[in-house]
Amino acid sequence: MNSGMAPVIELDGLAVTLGGRKILEDLKCSLSGRAIGLLGPNGAGKSTLINTLLGFYPVARGTARVLGCDIRTEMKQIRALAGYMPESECFIAHLTAVSFVRLMAELSGLPSDAALERAHEALFYVGLGEARYRLLGTYSLGMKQLAKLAQAIAHGPRLLILDEPTNGLDPPARQRMIRLIREMRDSRDLHILLCSHLLRDVEETCEEVLILKDGHQVHYANLEEERKANRRFLELETLGGDGAFAEAVEHLDCECAVAGRRLKMILGQDFAMGDLYRLAEEHGVQIRRLNYRRDSLEDIFLKAMESHNGRP
Amino acid sequence: MAVHKRSYHAYAGELTPRWSRFLIVSRYAFQNALASKALSAYFALCFSYPLGCALALYANHNQRLLALFQTSSFFDVNARLFFHFLGVQGMLGFILTAFVGPGLVSPDLANNALPLYLCRPVSRAEYVLGKMFVLFALLSLITWVPGEMLFLIQSSLAGASWMVPNLWIMGSILLGSAVEILVFSLLALALSAWIKRRLAAGAALLGVFFFGAGFGQAINAVLRTKYGFLIDLANLLARVEDQVFRQHTSIGIPATDAWVALVAISAFCLLLLEKKVRAYEVVRG
Repeated sequence: MNSGMAPVIELDGLAVTLGGRKILEDLKCSLSGRAIGLLGPNGAGKSTLINTLLGFYPVARGTARVLGCDIRTEMKQIRALAGYMPESECFIAHLTAVSFVRLMAELSGLPSDAALERAHEALFYVGLGEARYRLLGTYSLGMKQLAKLAQAIAHGPRLLILDEPTNGLDPPARQRMIRLIREMRDSRDLHILLCSHLLRDVEETCEEVLILKDGHQVHYANLEEERKANRRFLELETLGGDGAFAEAVEHLDCECAVAGRRLKMILGQDFAMGDLYRLAEEHGVQIRRLNYRRDSLEDIFLKAMESHNGRP
Repeated sequence: MAVHKRSYHAYAGELTPRWSRFLIVSRYAFQNALASKALSAYFALCFSYPLGCALALYANHNQRLLALFQTSSFFDVNARLFFHFLGVQGMLGFILTAFVGPGLVSPDLANNALPLYLCRPVSRAEYVLGKMFVLFALLSLITWVPGEMLFLIQSSLAGASWMVPNLWIMGSILLGSAVEILVFSLLALALSAWIKRRLAAGAALLGVFFFGAGFGQAINAVLRTKYGFLIDLANLLARVEDQVFRQHTSIGIPATDAWVALVAISAFCLLLLEKKVRAYEVVRG
């Protein structure tokens, strides 16, 4: 869906059935952004999709390709190219952070010395440099999240899969995690697949977003293009004047809907706020309330949830 | 990604061969197992009997010592001696398995670490093989390796006239040990995978061995049969080794039945591992 770049993830009629229940149904899309968001309410199938892409769950129908490798036949290649940060708390309690990250890097194929070097680097990078010789069992939840991120990047993956990376983090720790994700995205050395039910996390980091509901794909949005389109909205509440103000506003570069003293406007590229204030002054109108906003991911998400009941 | 730069960049160096990745799992499991001083001490203790046997073999061929006691030999060296050797070392090996085995898989399950292993180019079979290799190596070092060394010591002392007709014993030591190692390892790993608490898994392993023997005897006594032995792991292994070392047996079931029972137990353990060693469990319903 993003032309010009080789697809990172291609879903080709992918369906997954677990324990007799259909969890994912007929997912079809091609995602090629540097950072791809996977959104949906709880139970939408986001984690199942990630786990299927990593070969943890069997495919019932269709297939998918990750960086060009088919998940049915080339799983080892996919796992060699990917780094995965799971949602749940998972670690090896008796190991220090540096031993843990080194072990994970070695399992991904790095020689022992290189793995040790990368483990130190990754832990410093995520901000655990000073605590890297502590046992993982003694880490706080936020530190464990960072250690999970370190093990996911230590071997230098081409695709980093993050499953709810900000779960359980306090606001400063969340900010730190988001900053790291952005930095890695901007390094252009890897692609990121971020799975989250937190719209803000996805909005702050991703270029593309795939929204799932009840195992179905309900919406795809290219956030980059949405941002470039720069759709802006204005809600006004006025006092005084007559209907002439509303008529005059309609001649500005915008689409306008009038409901009594309230005006809802979709602003065009050349709309200037100064013109609005000038018209208000000319018509003797008081602007009592002005609400200005852009088309946020929340709007996209809510529209997708409302317009689709999750069934094809 | 140098430490001082603190920015992300990809890795472009060489990679290790894929076949060797399971040995990484083994290496870390070894480090963890041998971190215990008690276990290291016990492991060292397991070599005392082979050392004693080696000294006895030497004494058995020492002309001065034999002359001192006015005898041609202290004991006969034949298949029975190696059979007993393997019996003693097998028991020590079982206790070693009860020490090491439960700590192999259960901590990974308790800490949800399996997705971290299995999201890398390491299969479930390689993970199990890596963990099992720890037991293979430790148990080999106290069973067939010293057994074969004793055979070679005896051969060097007694000469080709003893070695050639007894050469089959080398195969028996290897086969008998391999059966013990495989059954102990599979049982320990299966229990370790199903019981998350390490101590409980160790207790369960001992329970399978000793309660199995007790139930087997009870079945034999109540039903007046010999097939209670089929759930008695110690007797199953003993019956197989009786056959492998060509010894007279007092266990009243055919060797074939014992082999079949051991294969069935091993297959069941593999099934248990297959069910449990997964990145995520699927809840049915």
